[in-house]
Amino acid sequence: MSGFALRRAAQSLVVLLGVSLAVFALVHLVPGDPVRLALGTRFDQATYDALRERAGLDQPLPAQYLQWIGGAVRGDLGVSFRSGEPVTALILERLPATLSLALGSIVVALLIAVPLGTASALRPRSAVDGLGTVVSQIGISVPEFWMGIMLILLFAGTLGWFPAGGYVPFARDPAGWLHSLVLPAVTTGLVSGSVLTRFTRSSVLEALSAEHVRTARAKGLGPRAVLSWHVLRNAMLPLVTVTGVQLAYLLSGVVVVEIVFAWPGLGQLALQAVEARDYPLLQGAVLLFAVVFLLLNLGVDLLYGRLDPRIAA
Amino acid sequence: MSAPARPAAPPVRVRPERGRWRATLRLLLSSPPSLFAVLVLLAVVVVALFDEQIAPTGFNEVDVSDRLQPPGAGHWFGTDDLGRDVLSRVVLGAKVSLQVGTVAVGFSLVVGVLAGLLAGFYGRWIDAVLMRLMDVLFAFPAILLAIAVIAVLGPGTTNAMIAIGITYTPVFARVTRAAVLGVREQVFVRASRSVGASDARLLLRHVLPNALPPIIVQTSVSLAFAVLAEAALSFVGLGTQPPAPSWGRMLSEGRGYIDLAWWIAVFPGLAIVVLVLAFNLLGDGLRDVLDPQQRSALEAARHRPGRRRRAEVRR
Repeated sequence: MSGFALRRAAQSLVVLLGVSLAVFALVHLVPGDPVRLALGTRFDQATYDALRERAGLDQPLPAQYLQWIGGAVRGDLGVSFRSGEPVTALILERLPATLSLALGSIVVALLIAVPLGTASALRPRSAVDGLGTVVSQIGISVPEFWMGIMLILLFAGTLGWFPAGGYVPFARDPAGWLHSLVLPAVTTGLVSGSVLTRFTRSSVLEALSAEHVRTARAKGLGPRAVLSWHVLRNAMLPLVTVTGVQLAYLLSGVVVVEIVFAWPGLGQLALQAVEARDYPLLQGAVLLFAVVFLLLNLGVDLLYGRLDPRIAA
Repeated sequence: MSAPARPAAPPVRVRPERGRWRATLRLLLSSPPSLFAVLVLLAVVVVALFDEQIAPTGFNEVDVSDRLQPPGAGHWFGTDDLGRDVLSRVVLGAKVSLQVGTVAVGFSLVVGVLAGLLAGFYGRWIDAVLMRLMDVLFAFPAILLAIAVIAVLGPGTTNAMIAIGITYTPVFARVTRAAVLGVREQVFVRASRSVGASDARLLLRHVLPNALPPIIVQTSVSLAFAVLAEAALSFVGLGTQPPAPSWGRMLSEGRGYIDLAWWIAVFPGLAIVVLVLAFNLLGDGLRDVLDPQQRSALEAARHRPGRRRRAEVRR
């Protein structure tokens, strides 16, 4: 590992420590007694004592933190206040739906961004470029959940092509899985695609103006060969890394879209945890999101340092 | 009383003169998208200020006999499931959106800029502590951090402002710090320091004004994100509470009637798009006139894979 990679990994570790402290503090910042809040009116002294003890709330704070973080490292995030089930199990159960949606969205985003961004860069100030600018500008301004509702209105309501919501597990019915995935993936993919379109356009523009591209043209290479061999290869490197960052966003950014499409993913789980005041569950979900987010960003930066030695210098 | 003798300031031009800001404004308004954005924002502000005069009915005037009416002469945007006029609620929702957006971004701006100024100017442990703190906030996906803060504070408009404000604070700290680092060692700052200017004077008169352009751009972009975030929080029931009109809330209420009455969900959504688009266009326009080297944030991102990129793509 290079010095850059080590420094970057050490920095992530420090941040991770801070993140764990912040997530731990979450349950202790709540005014009042979290267990009592979670139990609500169905108050029962025995359940109350059991939950408090299992959550370790009667111990001093540092001990609680160490116990919690020690468990988290081993994959034990405590038990849900509401259902009494292990938080890890609840999260794992929701993971496939969120992963499906995030991957589906990235596919849609790239299918939009790469052709549109490249075409825009090849003909700057043309009609295609104008279209690309308008699409990406509007795309980043549209709330995802509204886009979802509009797509449901058109494709589920009026046309009846796709279901308005619900998730079909891949293992049960691959065709149904794809069918249920289309609308939510297009919803988030359109928004991510807008960001990536702008990025692709500027990447390709920069690659086009590079010296080696001029040389390739001077050698008499055809436009198609120049584009595929000399321009796109270089332009795609940064795109790969930004796609990684987008994926990190999608894993969590789909929270609201999951609500629109009744998609049983992690975002929906986190919101249910907020509504139910199920703090161990919320802590687990938030910690997982933050860790994935950090790891993806770290991975992207390391990959980038690999691909472009100027960065790591 | 005699003040300690202080040498006169050197005749160096230390701040952009007033005329330059006016020229910048003229340049900004000469670009059609920016002009469009400014006009839209002015219109929204006017609507929000005079909402009660403009709205045809009160925000919560229920008329069940008139429920789910399509857009027409009586109700331009139709009526909802309780017979409330959708146009009136969209008009009154503008105030909530603008208020939450400006208060939240105001919070991020004040806290973030202060943190960035101190971190960039003093460096060392102040820099390390403040920026690691910002890194931690930044490690949470934006909407999730806001949701977690609301889980602690409880739902509501004020808490949504605080949550969104906290979420977007690190962006301002980073943008400000980067700008301060660029200015700190400039000759005019060193000259001013050498003639005995206090830290506060250096920061407020020399460093901050010269760090302003990227902060102004970030403010406009963040306003767009804050309006989206408020709508999202209200949509999932954590922001503005009923019966107060909020665009996000209206969308979630209209969703249940989407087959019967498309207009309940369509108009508030369009309102969000128009406002957010205006802030985004203004941000782009400001970036072009204030910070030409930076060009689009995404273009710049490639040269700095770390901070700037994430700061800008975050939503």
